[in-house]
Amino acid sequence: MPAHSLLETIGNTPLVELARLSPAPDVRLWAKLEDRNPTGSVKDRVALAMIEAAERDGPLRPGSTVLEPTSGNTGIGLAMVCRLRGYRLVCVMPENTSVERRQLLTMWGAEIVSSPAAGGSNEAVRVAKQLAGEHPDWVMLYQYGNPANWRAHYQGTGPELLADLPGITHFVAGLGTTGTLMGVGRYLREKVPDISVVAAEPRYGELVYGLRNLDEGFVPELYDESVLSGRHNVGPYDALRRTRELVANEGIFAGISTGAALHVALGLAEKSAAAGERADIAFVVADGGWKYLSTGAYAGTLDEAAAALEGQLWA
Amino acid sequence: MAIEVRIPTILRSHTDGAKAVTGAGKTLGELLDDLEERHPGLRERLVDDGGLRRFVNLYRNDEDVRFTGGLDTELADGDTVTVLPAVAGGAA
Repeated sequence: MPAHSLLETIGNTPLVELARLSPAPDVRLWAKLEDRNPTGSVKDRVALAMIEAAERDGPLRPGSTVLEPTSGNTGIGLAMVCRLRGYRLVCVMPENTSVERRQLLTMWGAEIVSSPAAGGSNEAVRVAKQLAGEHPDWVMLYQYGNPANWRAHYQGTGPELLADLPGITHFVAGLGTTGTLMGVGRYLREKVPDISVVAAEPRYGELVYGLRNLDEGFVPELYDESVLSGRHNVGPYDALRRTRELVANEGIFAGISTGAALHVALGLAEKSAAAGERADIAFVVADGGWKYLSTGAYAGTLDEAAAALEGQLWA
Repeated sequence: MAIEVRIPTILRSHTDGAKAVTGAGKTLGELLDDLEERHPGLRERLVDDGGLRRFVNLYRNDEDVRFTGGLDTELADGDTVTVLPAVAGGAA
């Protein structure tokens, strides 16, 4: 059936079994290919859901300006949705994000305000809140605290996963705004007894943690610890190693955060295999590798690639 | 029993600038008590009356200790404990 708008093509992404990376016949890994969304990431779901919620609840009117702190994918998704719906978009992003992301945002018509590299997305959030104060007529969607973010996954990604994989035992995704994990996690917890919901959290270089004091830390308002079964920290070396294994063994060219999710999924798979337990482990391919080529992630040795990521927000 | 503890930049004033220190303990709570003897003030930056502070994350071998028993998380010789501030991350 033909779509009458690009927005109709968001979601309903494929789930693919990873036969070569799965450790045992009854311990299987499954990749949810969110890079198949129209702008190439899982964030298209969130972008559309947040815009539609803001249209429904009132603040967004034709010609409105939308404001968002974003290190890339949400901004790119929003830029596409805003272009189609007739809104102006201002994105606040850390200056240490890849050049492709900036070019993509500009191409779709977004305006970019840079925030300092030190402090990472924390700073982007701070600068965006300041801008929102100065421009009360702008609409900040604020993905870190907007319930439409997790609901997009509760209503879309979660049901899609369960329909494709009724025997699912584990769900793994990257931890950023926490929206994917909260939404899919809550849905699966209602439907699947004993489901494990596990977060893969990127561990960055020291620059990114350069807070002046610990009270300036940040936990997204959406985050509810009780939805998760566990949370694993993954450094750039392991994330890159798994990203390369994914393309070498299964042909899936994914972004670096996907490597972190795969790393955690493989750890869970090995544990299940060792315990002799059946497992169907689904993880999210949040985006493709294209936007990360300039980071050096796919060139040279793993050590060289990991060194190139130092100080960058790679996920 | 030796456990390596990785310290973020922001807390190195308590470790004479050291990126990593060594401590001992059968649980995370015991480890923090042990560290406090040589690195006074560190424990208070990580823990308050309610347990781990909100903007601090501790990991035992890369797993967040909030899901493995908190301060009662059991430790073994050769484990690594990593301390990190909570930041907004992800390809958000």
